[in-house]
Amino acid sequence: MTVSATTATPTTGEEICLSLENVSISYGGEEAVRNVYCAIPRGQVTAFIGPSGCGKSTVLRALNRMNDLIDNCTLSGRVVFDGADLYHPGVDPVEVRRRIGMVFQQPNPFPKSIYENIAFGARINGYTGDMDELVERSLRQAAVWDECKDKLNESGCSLSGGQQQRLCIARTIAIQPEVILMDEPCSALDPISTLKIEETMHELKKTFTIVIVTHNMQQAVRVSDRTAFFNAEAQEGGSGKVGYLVEFNETDKIFNSPTQQATYDYVSGRFG
Amino acid sequence: MPIDPNDLYRLRRRPPSEKQLDTGFHWLTVLTASTVAIVLVLILAIVFHGSLESMGLYGWRFLVTSNWNPVDDEYGALTAIYGTMVTSLVSLLIAVPLGVGTAIFITERFIPRPLREMIGLMVELLAAIPSVVLGLWAIFVLEPALRPFLTWLHFTFKDIPLFSTQPLGPGMTPAILVLVVMILPIITAISRDSLNQVPIRLRQAAYGVGSTQWSAILHVILPASISGIVGGVMLALGRAMGETMAVTMIIGNSNNFSWSLLAPGNTIAAMLANQFGEADGSQVSSLMYAAFVLILLTLVVNILAQLIVKRLSLKY
Repeated sequence: MTVSATTATPTTGEEICLSLENVSISYGGEEAVRNVYCAIPRGQVTAFIGPSGCGKSTVLRALNRMNDLIDNCTLSGRVVFDGADLYHPGVDPVEVRRRIGMVFQQPNPFPKSIYENIAFGARINGYTGDMDELVERSLRQAAVWDECKDKLNESGCSLSGGQQQRLCIARTIAIQPEVILMDEPCSALDPISTLKIEETMHELKKTFTIVIVTHNMQQAVRVSDRTAFFNAEAQEGGSGKVGYLVEFNETDKIFNSPTQQATYDYVSGRFG
Repeated sequence: MPIDPNDLYRLRRRPPSEKQLDTGFHWLTVLTASTVAIVLVLILAIVFHGSLESMGLYGWRFLVTSNWNPVDDEYGALTAIYGTMVTSLVSLLIAVPLGVGTAIFITERFIPRPLREMIGLMVELLAAIPSVVLGLWAIFVLEPALRPFLTWLHFTFKDIPLFSTQPLGPGMTPAILVLVVMILPIITAISRDSLNQVPIRLRQAAYGVGSTQWSAILHVILPASISGIVGGVMLALGRAMGETMAVTMIIGNSNNFSWSLLAPGNTIAAMLANQFGEADGSQVSSLMYAAFVLILLTLVVNILAQLIVKRLSLKY
């Protein structure tokens, strides 16, 4: 099978927020994902699904230049955000990450107080308003205010895993990005915390564009408007697998009437 | 036929030899673990015992007088104590920013990886130079090269006690610089290791909220690794206080007290090395007393450092 590129563009009339144009990413010469074309609409939740090692997290991290932190990671193609290529040499990755925030797979609060976890990011982003108010509003939006309003001075690491993750979401909201990227945000959490975070996402959708990587297909169905299915295939002459985008469409269509056989096999559990 | 439960247990019984091996291993670890403590206590006890005579004769006066006169049997170690403190602390003052800065530079993606690794390797090679070679270098290269600058310092700031004497060869300043060269690799290597141990998720958290590289380093990465860095600094301080060969070659070994950094001076370690050979009577005891003071100094510094670390470090 040689699927090299699948173009997927949302129906006209929707505003495109982020678009990947023929993006290939390699780690030290080893190609991880190739020829991705994908246009992510504004104000919606887009889910990336696919088997392990298909490069969906890699693509997600490419959207706010988080891959810059990895040595030897190179990208070709264009990632267009707001009409500009994020990988243009004149673009400052720090500014990109201020406009496109990220929530990671493992909850990673700063080892500082809960208050400072929110305030730190806001401050370095130049927030000069009422900090107490921002902290409360962000924690409320992330649905974790009730659990930590009485211990704002305690360490963020003293919270439970689910609370930590919502704290991390609050921290991301506080920097007021336009897009929030979530890399399997619930994979380390119990079902109740997962549910709370999904409810939070339904709220956040009104303000932010969200891109979420998830292993959990029910989660993709529950939270996302659009779904991109990634797959991996053995590379000709290479040792590892290389990921590619199989199909990108409305979530409803991906799960009920996919056009590709691979998508059908994966969403119906007949994968592999 | 039902199985007798005792049969099942018999299957799991461990042979007596295996249990003896366990017990034997337990006591072996107790022995090896306590060796360090026993040696430490013995050294302290013997040094203390050896210094009792001098303590009785000179008491606290030993610490605040600088008269070291074997002919009249009068001993005061102020010059050496001052020399030890000043050389080690000033060398730390120079080496800590340099070493931590180097460590940050080679861990935080300022330059390509091969270059970083090369600099790291060179710093480690610096640690491989024997101290006697550094002493030789200090006498024949460093000190002559430094003298014009020190002379300028003296004439410009001669009203400040620290620069009040004219540099005439060996002295405290070249000794301080040799110490900087010697402790720099320790500080750099240990700081680099503790910076590398900061979990990647913490770095991602910092960059993920839009930190610049500097604010990530200053507010997240350094505080998370401060305990390791201070540990390295303490090791370096221990080395600086105890360093003997290179220092004794370049410091001048003078027991005349002077505040000036440009004057010849002495450290406890250098004094011990110079005088033990021909010492007798209360001089031996006085040297032991000085050694005891040196041990106490390092101990106090270590405890202080632990307290500082507790206040500064971020627990992740």
